[in-house]
Amino acid sequence: MEPGSTTGRFRNTEAANGLLMVSPTAIYAMLLLAAPLLASVIYSFMVDSKVGFSAGFTFDNYIKVWTGRIDQALMIRSLTVSALVTLATVVLAYPVAYFVSFHVRPERKSLWLFLITIPFWTSYLIRVFLWKVILGYNGVINSGLMSLGVIDEPLTVINYSLGSMVMTLAHAYAAFAILPIFVSLEKIDRSFLEAGQDLGESKLMTFIRVTLPLSMPGVIAAVLIVFIPTIGDYVTPELIGGGKLPMIANRIEAIMLKQNDKALGSAIAMTAMLIVALVSVMFLLLNRRFLKGQSK
Amino acid sequence: MSKSPSLKVYVIAYLLFLYAPIALLPLFAFNDSRVIAFPLAGFTTNWFAEMWADANLFTAFRNSLIIAVSSSLLATTLGIFAARASTRYKFPAKGAVLGLILLPMVLPEMIIAMALLVVLIGMGVPLSIFTVILGHVLICTPFAVAILTSAFQSLDRSLEEAAYDLGETSASTFRLIILPLVMPGIISSLLICFTISLDEFIIANFLGSGDPILSVYIYGQFRFPAKVPAVMALGFILVCVSICLLTIAEYFRRRGIAKTGGKDTGGFL
Repeated sequence: MEPGSTTGRFRNTEAANGLLMVSPTAIYAMLLLAAPLLASVIYSFMVDSKVGFSAGFTFDNYIKVWTGRIDQALMIRSLTVSALVTLATVVLAYPVAYFVSFHVRPERKSLWLFLITIPFWTSYLIRVFLWKVILGYNGVINSGLMSLGVIDEPLTVINYSLGSMVMTLAHAYAAFAILPIFVSLEKIDRSFLEAGQDLGESKLMTFIRVTLPLSMPGVIAAVLIVFIPTIGDYVTPELIGGGKLPMIANRIEAIMLKQNDKALGSAIAMTAMLIVALVSVMFLLLNRRFLKGQSK
Repeated sequence: MSKSPSLKVYVIAYLLFLYAPIALLPLFAFNDSRVIAFPLAGFTTNWFAEMWADANLFTAFRNSLIIAVSSSLLATTLGIFAARASTRYKFPAKGAVLGLILLPMVLPEMIIAMALLVVLIGMGVPLSIFTVILGHVLICTPFAVAILTSAFQSLDRSLEEAAYDLGETSASTFRLIILPLVMPGIISSLLICFTISLDEFIIANFLGSGDPILSVYIYGQFRFPAKVPAVMALGFILVCVSICLLTIAEYFRRRGIAKTGGKDTGGFL
C-alpha cells in the first residue's frame, strides 16, 4: 500500500517506506516460495511412513540418492543434456546476437529482437510436440526424405535419442541465450574496437581480444539462464524421449507421486537444487573474474 | 556498417530453424490426413471443426482464462509494489528480498511445484484452480517485476516532486502522475503474465485437481495419435492469438518508452 500522509511517523524514513512498499510481494514470496522450500529441506531429513512424517533426523534419503544407481545415472544424464543444450544454444546464439548488435541499424534492432522472441512465446508444449512430429519414426523428416527418394527406410537415429532432446531444448531456449548476449554486446564502447584496429589488429584478433572478453558477462548470463531450467525439464523427456530417457524432474515426479515417498522425493529435489546452485556459483565467480580483469 | 554476407546467411538460417516447427502448424492443421507426414494430402478445415466439437476443450479454455486473468492481475499488482520499492527506495536487505522475489525465474519449475504441492497437501488445502493460480502468480511475478522495474526506472523523479510541491499527497501523486506514466509497462506486464500462465504446464498439471486446463488438455491429447491433427489446428489458433497479444504488448512497451522520452533499447527481457 502507498502510505498515506496521515502515517506521519513513517513518512520520512525511506527504509520503512521501502519495506512497506515491497512487503506484499515479499510476504507472498516468503509464504509460497521460501516456506515450501524450507519445508522440503526439513522433509528431506525425515522418513516418509506414507501416513505422515516420522520425527527424527536422518541422512538416509541423501545416502539413498547419492549412492543409488538410478538416481546417479539420471542426475548425470540431466547434467549431460543441459550442458550440451547450453553449449549448443550459446554457441549458436552468439553470432545472431552479434549480428543484431553490430550489423543491424539501431532503429531496426527492436524489430529483429521481436522476430527472434516470437517463436519463444508460442506454446512450449506445442513446440516440443512439433519436434516430436518432425523427428519421429514416421515424422516429417523421415516421410519427407522418403517421398523425395533420398532414403528407403526411416532413419532411427533421430527419434527418441539424447540428440533429439538436445535439439528440442536448444530450440526452446534460443531466445533466452540471444537476449543477454545482445545486451552485453550493446554495452561495448565501439571506440574500443576502432582503437584495436587502429593499432593494427586484424578484425578477427580485435574480436577475440576485445569484443569476446567484453561480452563474457552476457555469455555467462546466457549459460545460467539456459542451464538452470533445462536441467529440470519435464516435458521434453516425456514427449521426445518417449519416457525412455527420463531426467531428474521425471524422477522427482515418480518418487513423489507414484511411489508417494515425499521425503526421498524432497531429497532428490534438494540435491538437484544444490547441483544447480553449485554450477551457478561457479559461473558467477567466473563472471567476477572477467569483470575484475576488465577493470584492471 | 560493414558487410559480412556469411554472417547474414547464418542468421537467416538460424531464424529458419527458429520458425521451422511453427511453420509446420498451419501446414498440418489444414492437411487432409490423420497422419502427420509428407506428402501433404489436400486442404481441409475438418480439424478445426473436430477441435470445436470437443466440449472438454471449452471447459479447459474457460478454466485457463480464469487462471491466466487472475494470475496476471495478481502478479502485476505484486510486481508494481516490488518494482516501485526497488527503483524508488533504499531499504535493508534489499538485495536478498528482491532475490527471493526473482528466484522462481532461475529455479526449475518442477522443484517449485513439488515443494508447493507437499506443503499444500500437508496443510490439507484441496487442489483446485485456486492452487494453480497461487503457483502461477509465483512464477509470473519475476517477469512482472522485470518489466515494471524498467518502466519505473525511466520515470523522472522531478515530476513526482513537482506534484508534492503542488500539494498532492503521495497517494494522489501515485494515482495522478506515476500510474499513467507506467501504464504501458503495466499493460505489457499483464499481457506477458497472461501468456506465461496460459502456456504453463508443470504447475497446472501437478497443482490442479484434474480439472481440465488448456495446457494439461493439450498434453493429454498427445497420447492419442488420432487427435493430433485437431491439436495442430488448436496450436495454430493459439500461435495466432499469442502473436496478436505480443504485438499489442510490444506496441504499448514502445509507446511507454516514447512517453517517458527514453530510447528504445530492445525486447521484453
